[in-house]
Amino acid sequence: MAVREAEPVGSLQEVKEAGLDREDLLGIYRSMLITRGIEERGHIMYKQGKIPGSFYTGRGNEAAAVGVGTAMGPTDVGTPLHRDMGVHVTRGVEPWRIFAQYMGREGGPTRGRDGNVHMAVAELGLHTMVSHLPAMLPVAGGMALAFKIRGDRRVAVGWFGEGAAARGDAHEAMNFAGVRQLPMVFVCDNNQWAYSTPTYLSYPVEHIADRAAAYGFEGVVVDGTDVLAVYREAKRAIEKAREGGGPTLVECLTLRMEGHAVHDDAFYVPKEMFEQWAAYDPIERYRTWLQSHADLSEDEESEITATVKRLLNDALDRADASPLPDPSTLVGGVFASQEDLDTPHHK
Amino acid sequence: MAEMTYIQAISDALRLEMRRDQRVFILGEDVGVYGGAFKVSLGFQEEFGPWRVIDTPLSETAIVGGATGAALMGLRPVAEMQFADFISCAWDHLVTVAAKQFFRSRTPIPIVVRLPSGGGFSGGPFHSQNPESSFAHIPGLKVVCPATPHDAKGLLASAIEDPNPVLYFEHKHLYRRIKGDVPEERYTVPFGSANVHREGDDATVVTWGAMVHTATEAAEELAKEGVEVEVLDMRTLIPWDKARVLEGVRRCSKVLVLHEDTRTGGFGAEIAATIAEEAFEDLDAPVMRLAAPDTPVPFSPPLEKAYIPQVEDVVTALRELAAY
Repeated sequence: MAVREAEPVGSLQEVKEAGLDREDLLGIYRSMLITRGIEERGHIMYKQGKIPGSFYTGRGNEAAAVGVGTAMGPTDVGTPLHRDMGVHVTRGVEPWRIFAQYMGREGGPTRGRDGNVHMAVAELGLHTMVSHLPAMLPVAGGMALAFKIRGDRRVAVGWFGEGAAARGDAHEAMNFAGVRQLPMVFVCDNNQWAYSTPTYLSYPVEHIADRAAAYGFEGVVVDGTDVLAVYREAKRAIEKAREGGGPTLVECLTLRMEGHAVHDDAFYVPKEMFEQWAAYDPIERYRTWLQSHADLSEDEESEITATVKRLLNDALDRADASPLPDPSTLVGGVFASQEDLDTPHHK
Repeated sequence: MAEMTYIQAISDALRLEMRRDQRVFILGEDVGVYGGAFKVSLGFQEEFGPWRVIDTPLSETAIVGGATGAALMGLRPVAEMQFADFISCAWDHLVTVAAKQFFRSRTPIPIVVRLPSGGGFSGGPFHSQNPESSFAHIPGLKVVCPATPHDAKGLLASAIEDPNPVLYFEHKHLYRRIKGDVPEERYTVPFGSANVHREGDDATVVTWGAMVHTATEAAEELAKEGVEVEVLDMRTLIPWDKARVLEGVRRCSKVLVLHEDTRTGGFGAEIAATIAEEAFEDLDAPVMRLAAPDTPVPFSPPLEKAYIPQVEDVVTALRELAAY
């Protein structure tokens, strides 16, 4: 079973066949702008000293994240990572809560208990990542196992990076998912750099997706800067899993356009590599596609940009109004009570 | 009431929980057709089917991580480690994911990990450990160590009902050696409530797991010498019954803290420190600790005997304490 290299998406007709109408296409564009806007503003806030701790961005990964997030069904679940802000945005997390999370405020999804992209809103089907990558893959596998046991027509999406693919958790999760043919999709955000480690020091095969064959399922490599190609491949994989066809490994190839975190200037990435990939900026690329295939006019585009700008301005104000957590509440939240089980994601 | 061994009580609890709650399922290595390495789930796959008694690959990470994911989706997984020792392979999933998820995201992780633990039969360094103290140190995990068939059954029901990750340490040396009367119907034993396994006023032994029986045998020896020793079975370490321990200290004024885990940083140190902080003036003797030495669990019988606290070791310690 050789790995398949996905074709780019061409015509509007092809996109319609993949289940997206024009409104959806503009929605995807909007989500990508919000994603980048949140991270750009976050970066500035970090430099201004408004964000404690460290700060991570996913510049270059917006198409991969938004594409997969769009392909997920309403009851599907997933465990997005630190380059996947677009998944949170697409699933409907309000941007003010993300800024509140950055600033350690009560209004963030973790209420100041954790920082940066270590957050998720369970009611939207997303579950909070940990730093130990790819520890969320076996967890996503357990979600898929629950669906399989109950016969739910739901799919779990587990994300990992090409760097974390070297850890045993990836192997155990993929092997178990393959053995049990779980309704699961493994999404590899391959941004070519694990902190400062290049791909040839992380894995010895051509593609991470080559490994899928070893676990008895399909692997596909897709251009991670092409949001529609990512959407199409993720959708295929998700619907295949939903129909009982087992897991798929979708590898989204892109370049991490900034450092591992904002303290890192990525001096070790060759300048030409940045220049080469800058020509494939996911947002620029998609805007051009919309202009030539979906009649995106200048007026329409300015309106979307202005709406996003307003949304983010309001979000910042609202986040700033959110209080810091009360230290007296610290020790109360370690153990759950029976009442805590009565949340929508448990039903 | 029925007379059951400790291991029968564990099976019985598991079977009753699976019958009353469709969300409860088992996953682990060889738990299905084989019934588990110690046969706790023998016959379960016939009754509950292959998707509620799931044989996994040799993948502790996938087992505990998978249990966590399934719990997030509303199921009540009971994961089995073939031996408690192998939980080290899934440390990350208990400590990094399961223990911290509710604190961070308010999403409870109601999982139980069953851990056949303890030595006494030449299992060697990798089939004999008592790693409960390591996990008692991790905020967000509950730690349960039953000593009797009655408690094994009731505490397992409580563990499955609990909305948090629970580590259930079942002592292998008690499996078929210890019998007792167990109610046939379902019942729970609450967490954080110590049990007086033997009454006495001259000294109190604070202990759990297999050491409850070692301590009781030693106490019977002391009784022949006119010294009445209380044996306090902690039953759960997280949460632990601090109030009952301190009450024992106030009444007896002499305490021996006894465990099969190694000494340094063992949970006994926490108990001894708490007694020193909160009941110092009630003591007539320094708090005494008896535990395994700080070595891996040895294989050869004379070495293992020297490692695990024996009845005669406890007798010696109690005599010393009584004479102080």
